[in-house]
Amino acid sequence: MKSLKKLLVLVVAASLLFGLASCKKSSGSSGDLIKVGIINNPPSESGYRAANVADFEKVFTKENGYDVSTFYSLKNDEQLNAASQFITDGVDYIFLSAAATDGWASVLSRAKEAGIKVFLFDRMLNADPDLYEAAVVSDMANQGDTAVKWLKAQNLPEYKVIHIQGAMGSDAQIGRTAALDKEFAAGTMKMVVQQTATWDEAEAKKIVESVINSGEKFNVIYAENDGMAKGAVAALDDAGITHGVDKDVVVMGFDCNKWALRELLAGNWNYDGQCSPFQASVIDEMIKTGNIPSKKVISEEKGFDAKTISQNDIDTYGLGD
Amino acid sequence: MLKSLNIRKLSHSQLAIPLFALFLVIAFNVFRDISFFSINVITNNYGNTVLSGNLISIINGASELVLLAIAMTLVTSATKGQDISVGAAAAIAGSVFVRVLRGNEITMPVIFLALATACIVAILFGLFNGTLVAFFDIQPMIASLILFTAGRPIAYWINGGATPNVDSPLLSYIGSFIPGIPIPSPILIIIVFGILVTLALRFTNLGLYIQSVGINERAARLNGINPVLMKLLAFMILGVCVTIAGAINVCRIGLINHETILIDIEMDAILAVAIGGNALSGGKFKLAGSIIGAYIIQALTITLYAMKVSSTAVKAYKAVVIIAIVVIGSPVVQQHAVQLRNRLFKKPIKLTENN
Repeated sequence: MKSLKKLLVLVVAASLLFGLASCKKSSGSSGDLIKVGIINNPPSESGYRAANVADFEKVFTKENGYDVSTFYSLKNDEQLNAASQFITDGVDYIFLSAAATDGWASVLSRAKEAGIKVFLFDRMLNADPDLYEAAVVSDMANQGDTAVKWLKAQNLPEYKVIHIQGAMGSDAQIGRTAALDKEFAAGTMKMVVQQTATWDEAEAKKIVESVINSGEKFNVIYAENDGMAKGAVAALDDAGITHGVDKDVVVMGFDCNKWALRELLAGNWNYDGQCSPFQASVIDEMIKTGNIPSKKVISEEKGFDAKTISQNDIDTYGLGD
Repeated sequence: MLKSLNIRKLSHSQLAIPLFALFLVIAFNVFRDISFFSINVITNNYGNTVLSGNLISIINGASELVLLAIAMTLVTSATKGQDISVGAAAAIAGSVFVRVLRGNEITMPVIFLALATACIVAILFGLFNGTLVAFFDIQPMIASLILFTAGRPIAYWINGGATPNVDSPLLSYIGSFIPGIPIPSPILIIIVFGILVTLALRFTNLGLYIQSVGINERAARLNGINPVLMKLLAFMILGVCVTIAGAINVCRIGLINHETILIDIEMDAILAVAIGGNALSGGKFKLAGSIIGAYIIQALTITLYAMKVSSTAVKAYKAVVIIAIVVIGSPVVQQHAVQLRNRLFKKPIKLTENN
């Protein structure tokens, strides 16, 4: 038991050291470079995040005039520590995608006192807007609205929808559910089933399977991300139900992974809603020009229709490979 | 007379509770909606004639859980603890599987190569846990906590991107149906694997040795059984099970999402072991109990889906049922039940050695 405690202490100490080291990765000689500290979630979180991190790595480079330090964590307290560290290091800017929306006010006001400008990207947080320059974020509710508007424009004779939700309480789930819930409440669309698969592809397949087994009819699958849409389609394939353009069931997904957009191009799915991870160039432009149009800049996000999508769209907007 | 004896025997057996629970889930569905059990013959989108229905969904969907429940039972028995990293290890094995598949054109030999590679990697990770447990005497749950935390990031690193896809009809032979066979392939895999495990336990001393290590390590050592070897062996078998589970899951959908693949399955696997009437403190085990436990958990999930229980409430309902099963199966309640029965039928109170 004692040796176990020692081991634990060692592990904790090592992880702390490691955390600090990854904070301080910035190169010493900055010259005329703009010093930037980026706090984000780790790229391993999702395909979205991987594209997001890659986007910032592409834009904020030495060649482009930036000296960048990065810190990735899913935990708010670790992110807060990293922010304090960046303030101590005397960076010029902090870019922040917070793990949780609360607890940032005091760190942000210290940054303001130190003359450090803060940009939020991807996610909003609960703090006085005076504490940051601008927020460049996705509007999940808008994504849901765009998708549902598209669905209504299809003029299906009836709407019997299987709604597969993401992890309950997540930003994406709340935003993408809200628009559809409105239609259910208004009676314009019929909810066959509304279940969460917590982003799990295999669970999405089971949910659709259970509807098929019950014998209930449906003609729309609204999955809140691409993976769950793929799981749902696997269930349709097993049951011999056709899906896609001019087929029995309309399939809708979100996130615009490249592989999902290829399904659209092949006509196997009908719609994919974009969740833009590309915020870096917007922030870059605001810093370079000093012109901040508004406190909250909402990324322009499209929805792709299988009938109109082109290979060019896949190359431009698709995530991953 | 013979029949009543058999029932008496069964009611005292370890399998009584899991079988009773399974019976309850089935009975509940019979009263709720008998059509729950209907099985249809349909043609799927690839032109195969296949079976479909809730029963098929339950048996098919439980495949991964059954594999992990078998492995978890062996680990529990030998080490007196549980491995909570099985989900993360499955993510790693699945990622290796996908990595090899994506590096080559997908043919049958490549699939076997990918499986073998994934298996080796998973066994190595199993041995890592096993070494911590067997050599350093660290509690299994704490030892596997390391891989539980680090496993999914490692899985991400293997493919270097989220949700990599693998599309090939050959993979759907593993994940859904082989042309000409109407039963889902995962069910066939489980049957084959189940037979192999049963044979291994029947015709070798493996089961006996593992149990004796779990019951009394010193006594086992004095009898010439190497406890370290037995524990490592349990973790190696776990590695094999984890690989098959991961590969089945990848083949079902044709992609791997390292964050969600078999998420939270470690808890379900441990539950399956407990529902099966196996002691989580190790020692004697009955694989059949754990396997029935796994099917109960899956049946419960599918029942809740069929009842369209709202998203937010599913886990709560599941928890209530599982608490009930575990409490009914607890020694205290069983003892009371025996006493109550004896009093009702006016038989002399007999102490049971069952605890």
